[in-house]
Amino acid sequence: MTELLKQSIQKDTFDLHLIHTKKFKTNTIALKFTRPLEREGITERALLPFVLQKGTEDYPSERALRQRLDELYGAKFGIYGSKKGENHIITFVLDLPNEKFIKGEDSLTKQGLQFLTNVLTKPKAKQDAFDEKLVEKEKETLKNKIQSIIDEKMQYANMRLIDEMCEDEPYGIHSHGYLDDLPQLTGESLYNTYQQMLFEDQLDIFVVGDFENAQMETSIDTAFSFSRKPSVSIVRSEAQLPETVQTVTEKQKIKQAKLHMGYRTGVHFSDKEFPALQVFNGVFGGYPHSKLFLNVREKHSLAYYAASRFESNKGLLFVFSGIAPEKFDQAREIIEEQHQTISEGQISDEEINQTKKAIINQLKETLDRSSGIIELFHQQIIGGKSEKPQTIIDQIDAVTKDDVITVSKQIKLDTVYFLTAENGGEEA
Amino acid sequence: MRELQIPRINETIYHEQLDNGLNVFYYPKEDFEKTFAIFSTRYGSIDQAFTPLQSDEIIRVPDGIAHFLEHKMFEKEDGDVFQHFSERGASANAFTSFTQTAYLFSSTSDTEKNVETLLDFVQDPYFTEETVEKEKGIIEQEIRMYDDQSDWRLFFGTLQSMFENHPVRIDIAGTVDSIYTITHEDLYTCYETFYHPSNMSLFVIGNFSLDKMADLVQTNQSNKEFAPIEKIQRDYGEEKDSVYKQKEIIRMPVQTPKCMVGIKDKKEHLQTDQLLKNELVRELVTDMYFSKSGKYFEELYDEGLVMDHLRLESYMEKTFGVTMIGGRTLKPEEFSERVKTMLLDLKDTTIAEDEFNRIKKRKYGELIRDFNDLEGTANQIIHYHDLNVDYRDIFETLENLTREDMSSVISDWIDEDRMSVCMILPEEE
Repeated sequence: MTELLKQSIQKDTFDLHLIHTKKFKTNTIALKFTRPLEREGITERALLPFVLQKGTEDYPSERALRQRLDELYGAKFGIYGSKKGENHIITFVLDLPNEKFIKGEDSLTKQGLQFLTNVLTKPKAKQDAFDEKLVEKEKETLKNKIQSIIDEKMQYANMRLIDEMCEDEPYGIHSHGYLDDLPQLTGESLYNTYQQMLFEDQLDIFVVGDFENAQMETSIDTAFSFSRKPSVSIVRSEAQLPETVQTVTEKQKIKQAKLHMGYRTGVHFSDKEFPALQVFNGVFGGYPHSKLFLNVREKHSLAYYAASRFESNKGLLFVFSGIAPEKFDQAREIIEEQHQTISEGQISDEEINQTKKAIINQLKETLDRSSGIIELFHQQIIGGKSEKPQTIIDQIDAVTKDDVITVSKQIKLDTVYFLTAENGGEEA
Repeated sequence: MRELQIPRINETIYHEQLDNGLNVFYYPKEDFEKTFAIFSTRYGSIDQAFTPLQSDEIIRVPDGIAHFLEHKMFEKEDGDVFQHFSERGASANAFTSFTQTAYLFSSTSDTEKNVETLLDFVQDPYFTEETVEKEKGIIEQEIRMYDDQSDWRLFFGTLQSMFENHPVRIDIAGTVDSIYTITHEDLYTCYETFYHPSNMSLFVIGNFSLDKMADLVQTNQSNKEFAPIEKIQRDYGEEKDSVYKQKEIIRMPVQTPKCMVGIKDKKEHLQTDQLLKNELVRELVTDMYFSKSGKYFEELYDEGLVMDHLRLESYMEKTFGVTMIGGRTLKPEEFSERVKTMLLDLKDTTIAEDEFNRIKKRKYGELIRDFNDLEGTANQIIHYHDLNVDYRDIFETLENLTREDMSSVISDWIDEDRMSVCMILPEEE
């Protein structure tokens, strides 16, 4: 496999990661602001991406800002919030065509960086407060967004499972914010949060594409020269295992029920068991060859989808399935049984080998997307363990069946969440 | 083998048509880790009335059969084909659209073997009464999953209001009732008609050796026997240019209403030599006025008629074409009236030169960016190939487009008789 040329440079107030590759027709620049996930101020952090994209001093409206991006040959730009474990991250990302493919253009990247600086340091604010009218309008937008989550059943069920499972833990905090906070939220409180983000959060800057490293470093230094005092550190969550299993049922007017289950793995990204957890997940429900797909879907025709996914930083694992409402008991039983069979060692060499190959394939494919490369390296920073892709591959290869069994025995079911039809599955 | 060059972005694609009629595209990209291959037939959900192989009489098959057939291709006498891909760490998948059924995989090793498996499993059907019956429960769940998704319902609601007879109005997966009538004999009839190599394309893109891959495909195909090439007659019914209904309302348990305005294309807009230009203009218009840099988006947002962004889509095929503008809105009535008025106003609007140049720059950059995505590139080129269009012409079409061209396409395109509205509204208490 081709070695990725990554150069990480520690600056005084941020870390710069330059990843050189000729794969792409565009260059991608991403800024990631990270701080511990806290209930206080989360709604402000959820609202910031909306407000910041509505204009700056120089581009006073959303339209003016987007027209500038059109001018930069359809540069793709976005700001979004997310969580990784018990950390909250605000990402600014700009993807620009490489100027070598455009006749008569030689300063696109430079103009793109100027645009980013503008959005970051010259928002629509006066006297330590964001424009009040703008804030009120975007509060409405966020309010509608939060209220609409219930319309997307899969997303809603995921959220509700985590609500029930992590009620008293920072991980349970909604990164999209809370309706209850909105009335008190003002242009000032938002500006305050923004200043905290800009000056105190840990900042990682990633650049992926075909460029001169030294030149890019200088351009980044010039673009992001504002003074910062990073004063937060990344949270690495403690392992935690449940004592009892709780089952929560909720009813809505829907046709297909969602059975989502949450487990605690006790395994984190930097743990030596992490590769075994990845293999466990693949044998259990990560792929179309996994036990969940083969048994819940293929053997018993219970679901169109039945899969599992793990969370790397908090030590969680989730199972998702869409089933007929009356099949709850059967589906749950089959899902739990699959976990049990792994703990008992009923895993074929073929299952292990297929899974390893699938994980390695997926990792390599991640390296074919600039966003994938950025997420991979950022996860390593959050998780506290940096390795070359080839090392990760070697570790996956080294996992044994016994390692998978050991991890499987450690994984405990915590919460079963069932979103089902009001009429219990009878045709309306 | 023909070399298809794209000098603007330093890329070369290779194309050949084999003796059995199969069109093959190779696009080596050795910087990438993966290879993506897609084996696609010109057969989709709209092809339900046709002349079967070696027959002159049109028959009609149940709704959703192309999609059902896609599901069943993966099952063989000795088990599931997914397994063969999985053994090599490849991920395989398939999709059915209105006009296409496609089987695909991506992998980072054993690429040649995977291509062979792809060709072999799609060219070796195995349908029995038992396996067909078993699939019905799975597809029923798939249909019910889509039934709960308001975006999907909105999309089909819009099509159903626009089209009276054309089968594009029928859900790709069919209905729970229609799929239960499908038999394994039906599947064979469709398979034999539409999966002939002369009706199919193979596209391989990524990290592989051109010579070895071309040899493999050649040998694999020449070792198989196929019926003589025949032309398939397809019947899509009579469809007028104007819309079927002006408005369609769907009640669902949603919190926030959604609304979509659709514009139906006249049949004459779909002619091969005009297609790229017509489609390009539709995209430029929606970008220029209804994306976040657009004047109309700004107005709708300021008037509180749109919440985040608008869904902007254009589909132009041989037998139907639509453009849609929609989104979540608290005021669906006002939203639809405003959007319709805005569209009609475009007929008398002079396009400002700076706006025109800016939107062209944006489109140019987006065309370049699209080549980052191997799957998207392969799909795009096959899609246009199936329409007898050389996708590479898009660069020139864009560069040569003038404001006058754009205005004349717009005035011919937008018409009140060809507009429909669909709304998803919360259920009444």
